[in-house]
Amino acid sequence: MSGFSDNIMRLSGRMLSQYPAQRDWDGKLTMAPHPGIIPTFSIVTLSDNVPEQEIMKWNGWGYSDSKFLYNKKGQAEFTGKRYRLSGMIIPGLREWMESTFSANLQHKTPAAPILNSSAVQPPTLNEAFLKELKSTGIPFSHDAEDRVFRSHGHCLHEIFALREGKIGRVPDLVVWPNCHNDVVKIVELACKHNVCLIPYGGGTSVSSALECPPEETRSIVSLDTSQMNRILWIDEKNLTAHVEAGIVGQDLERLLNESGYCTGHEPDSMEFSSLGGWVATRASGMKKNIYGNIEDLVVHIKMVTPRGVIEKSCQGPRMSTGPDVHHFIMGSEGTLGVVTEVTMKIRPMPEYQKYGSVVFPNFEMGVACLREVARQRCAPASIRLMDNEQFKFGHALKPQVSSIFTSFLDGLKKFYITKFKGFDPNRLCVATLLFEGDREKVLQHEKQVYDIAAKFGGLAAGEDNGQRGYMLTFVIAYLRDLGMDYYVIGESFETSMPWDRVLDICRNVKARIVRECKDKGVQFPPLSTCRVTQTYDAGACVYFYFAFNYRGLSDPVHVYEQVEHAAREEILANGGSLSHHHGVGKLRKEWMRESISSVGMGMLKSVKDYVDPNNIFGNRNLL
Amino acid sequence: MTILLFFPIVGSITKKDPMLKKRDDFEDMLEERRNSSDLRYALKCYTPVLYKGLTPCKVSELKQMVLQSDQLGYVITQVSKEKGVTSDEVTGEAAAILEEMAQRLQLSTVRFFAFTLSKVFKTLFRSICINEEGLQRLQQAIHNHPVVLLPSHRSYMDFLLMSYILYTYDLALPVIAAGMDFMGMKVVGEMLRMSGAFFIRRSFGGDKLYWAVFSEYVKIMLKNGYAPVEFFLEGTRSRTAKSLTPKLGLLNIVMDPFLKGEVFDISLVPVSISYERTLEEALYARELLGVPKPKESTSGLFKARKILSEDYGSIHVYFGQPVSVRSLAESRVNRSQFNLIPRHIPTRPSEEILSFVNDSAYRLVRAQEENMVLKPWVLLAFVLLQKQAAEEKQGTALDELTEQAVWLRDLSRQYGAFLHWPDHIPPSEVVSSSLSLHRGLVRISEGRVQLALEQETRGAITPEEELLNKAVVILSCASYRNQALNVFIRPALLASAIHTAASNRKQEIYNSFSFLRNMFSNEFILCPGATVQDFEEACYLLVKTGTLQINQQEVLITERGHRTLAFLTSVLDPFLQGYQVREMHTQRHSVVFNTNGLTEKQFIPAVRKFIIKHLLTGSLLKCRLRYTEVLSSDLQKNALAALIRLGAVQKIKGYVGFTHLHVHVGLIG
Repeated sequence: MSGFSDNIMRLSGRMLSQYPAQRDWDGKLTMAPHPGIIPTFSIVTLSDNVPEQEIMKWNGWGYSDSKFLYNKKGQAEFTGKRYRLSGMIIPGLREWMESTFSANLQHKTPAAPILNSSAVQPPTLNEAFLKELKSTGIPFSHDAEDRVFRSHGHCLHEIFALREGKIGRVPDLVVWPNCHNDVVKIVELACKHNVCLIPYGGGTSVSSALECPPEETRSIVSLDTSQMNRILWIDEKNLTAHVEAGIVGQDLERLLNESGYCTGHEPDSMEFSSLGGWVATRASGMKKNIYGNIEDLVVHIKMVTPRGVIEKSCQGPRMSTGPDVHHFIMGSEGTLGVVTEVTMKIRPMPEYQKYGSVVFPNFEMGVACLREVARQRCAPASIRLMDNEQFKFGHALKPQVSSIFTSFLDGLKKFYITKFKGFDPNRLCVATLLFEGDREKVLQHEKQVYDIAAKFGGLAAGEDNGQRGYMLTFVIAYLRDLGMDYYVIGESFETSMPWDRVLDICRNVKARIVRECKDKGVQFPPLSTCRVTQTYDAGACVYFYFAFNYRGLSDPVHVYEQVEHAAREEILANGGSLSHHHGVGKLRKEWMRESISSVGMGMLKSVKDYVDPNNIFGNRNLL
Repeated sequence: MTILLFFPIVGSITKKDPMLKKRDDFEDMLEERRNSSDLRYALKCYTPVLYKGLTPCKVSELKQMVLQSDQLGYVITQVSKEKGVTSDEVTGEAAAILEEMAQRLQLSTVRFFAFTLSKVFKTLFRSICINEEGLQRLQQAIHNHPVVLLPSHRSYMDFLLMSYILYTYDLALPVIAAGMDFMGMKVVGEMLRMSGAFFIRRSFGGDKLYWAVFSEYVKIMLKNGYAPVEFFLEGTRSRTAKSLTPKLGLLNIVMDPFLKGEVFDISLVPVSISYERTLEEALYARELLGVPKPKESTSGLFKARKILSEDYGSIHVYFGQPVSVRSLAESRVNRSQFNLIPRHIPTRPSEEILSFVNDSAYRLVRAQEENMVLKPWVLLAFVLLQKQAAEEKQGTALDELTEQAVWLRDLSRQYGAFLHWPDHIPPSEVVSSSLSLHRGLVRISEGRVQLALEQETRGAITPEEELLNKAVVILSCASYRNQALNVFIRPALLASAIHTAASNRKQEIYNSFSFLRNMFSNEFILCPGATVQDFEEACYLLVKTGTLQINQQEVLITERGHRTLAFLTSVLDPFLQGYQVREMHTQRHSVVFNTNGLTEKQFIPAVRKFIIKHLLTGSLLKCRLRYTEVLSSDLQKNALAALIRLGAVQKIKGYVGFTHLHVHVGLIG
């Protein structure tokens, strides 16, 4: 690494002083490890039945108090107190939005402010079931708001409909079991009275998995696991924790942190998504390079099915006892039963954490670098590569700088990279890095990675850029709501592929999106961007972000869906997978057969037929 | 299976009327050359629009990329294992192949050509007309995707002309796949190399290494957007002016990067180059009659200098609508078939891919055909050849010729021909000026026109030589008529089918149509598997022009339809006779030589001898040989291929033998 870039690193490192509360000078963590969230928010009181919905938006992402808006001066601002970005002005966002989407602040598309309960169909109740349920004392509700809140995930079409006050088929009843035994009782009653059960965890699904099948004539009961959120025990000898499956990611980490541990499982949705949901969808976390994906983290699972409870008899770290039954459960997407308790691996909290970033002259070089890092098996806890559009987007989300000095430094860095190093600002791209471990090793590791990067023309670009990159992960979902206020709709979707196809898939899918938008009559060029978010020995995971200004379209959601459909076709045609970690749900069901072959479908089908012959778990996902 | 299920009542076909086909206007690019300095033009500032994804690289870097590619690396390892030599040696061999093959495009050479060709073109041609809108589309295509240029091939001129046009209009200069035979011409070969030609061996059958170097070289240039890749789908110059059955090798190669996801799309741009008078006119005819093709040599090219003193009329170059490989492949090819094998390992293309490439190739050749400009002379050639076959010794009166040409003009327009008939000039003038341009082929005396079959001869010649001399004129003339065959082929097949079918039942006519079409599928561009569409198209055209009436069951000829049908039937006559002769000859031989048969190479000369004998001695056969055209080796090759394909003749280890007699002989009566 040249002396110049070294300098930049140190300079940008000092800029961290803006956030003294986050970290002391040697970089030792004083707070929760993920960058965006300030975990002062306490989880919902467990005693009453007021679930999180009161502090959550009913028709958008996340907390009610946190959102992007344009203030009176027309500047973008992020409200609330929960995030690092909260309360800050984001000067570049407006221009970015206007230039990227040709959006205009004059053209607003506000959401319906409150839920109109009369738009919700009255519940179809199974009286016999209800009567017996009452006798168990398990709390339940058929209040319209409770039901609507659990009737959807966060697919674009779901949120768009809510914003317009359109409500389709919703669960008829919500139940809140408090423990495994409650679930056993509920499932028994459901079988007895032929009631359809849909497990509900954090509600962050993006695969239409939570949508109630419109053709379902039985009473639909949403089984909300949110009250099953305790850590039942921690085993420090074996480094495992036994946890109820309804616990939400950030609470799990916070509670474990209190004992000096963590799971290290940090999916982007970890503020809201639940352990049970992770298991049911085969979730993947940002730091899987150190801690592994959910399938690597799970030691033992307990699931209640219509046939009874399934679990293994011991907690051996690996077994040769036929096909692993855990793999019927992981990815079953609520079609077989409810995961109630999970034993997970835990690790001591990392001593030291350090962000970083590298600028590459172009995306191709960036991918080549990530490939080399994976080849040498020296990936940091997280390594992500944003393409040029996303780099610009990230730039637009920079909060207002407090001092002339920092803005001067920013200018200097930009000058250095574009003028001195000759990077084309319209081609360069950025990798963000997160290192974790003991201090010595982190620094060593860091050097190794930066050395590799240098071979691919990469310049170290500072901790701040890296950290901001990860912060984006948590606020990007809020941004969609802002877009939707101004005729902009969009979504992200992911896939995984072998290394040699990464560039081809990124290029072709982005181009396909642009072309489909044009063909479908979208009036303005769309945002079509991607990033590589995970690296593996044999391939990578890529996220696509796609959004467009829908002014002039009569059915924008339909257009959106057609384009996403085409993009998925393109992914599959180029050798990408149907999903890396979002799952299949109902959104991607149509491609299952070609993905896993007819025999594969038959295998899954026969398991379903055995475990749940009456389709009690009738969300109709996957198959 | 009844075919009737497949096509609805013909009247309801929503096919676009070919007459309404929208075509661009032409501009004469020579006009400016005649009015401004050629030197300044050759030295002009040249800044073409390039592919947006281009990473600029030098010729030498290109070679390195090929030699270091995974694809070639794989094959090198394979070959070195098979042959037991070190991979360094094989790499050296690959480098040598590449050296022999590679182009060295440089602007200065192109500028030199731009200068000289300006001079030459202005002498030879009255005008070179280009559709400028097509060039604009091409520019857009070059910017967006890698581009493949697919010109028709009627003359040596074609590829120089292409580069000349692209240079003139400031478009990216192509790299051109050329046959190795050019390399024989030392200086010219190198000049061509420096103007973008790369050379491929005509055949390299099983040579894995050669194939790998070649395909990787082409793909890398294409994928990187280094330059548009140009090649001739027909593989070689068509000596008959009929489009040749497309060759699939190169098309397969250029489509591969799309099919394997290495580029988002590829634009294929068919280009139709039509010459009012072909430079190689008589040369082709002699070749078809068995005078072997002279080896390309630089000195030979200079002998062609006398050509320079003649008037070759005008050239029309039409840049067709770019065809996206992506749209061609949509819902045709399952691209995920390439997901499970690393893409650098060469694999034999699946049946699905082969048939896709084949269909695409036919489509592209048809696109070329559709935009070929036809001159009035083409129609005159039809009339004159028919008269000649009817043995009207005294020729045709000019008035009658004009009347027939006008009738044919209207018919061909209705069938969608791209006819350049100057409507503001009286037809008689159009006819006479056409005749005067082709004065070498016609004789006009006392207001009557006929083919110039009686050439002045120096000294005594044998009857056989005399016959061949006549044949040269006839084949030359036929090469003009052939330019319009694609316009008439489907209706002509239908007309012949009606003529030969035992009844007017639609099903029966369809069966004969299908038989004839199948038999002629080596002769004309008839896409395999498209019999129903072709039949529909033919029915549509003939119903639309009032020749036929078609109801659920029957096909009826209208009162005024007879003339059209008679003409259409006669279109196929020379070919039918050619195929018939071929069959008789084969049959005879199987009797004479019994089981010995003939090798394929001996076959053509043997047939030629057989035909000459019969043409000279009059009718030995049951029906008379009216068409001297049957002497064409092209016809004979196609006929043999058809007979083999239909199973009437079998090829056994290079020998040709007759298998069974049952062919629709009745058809040809």
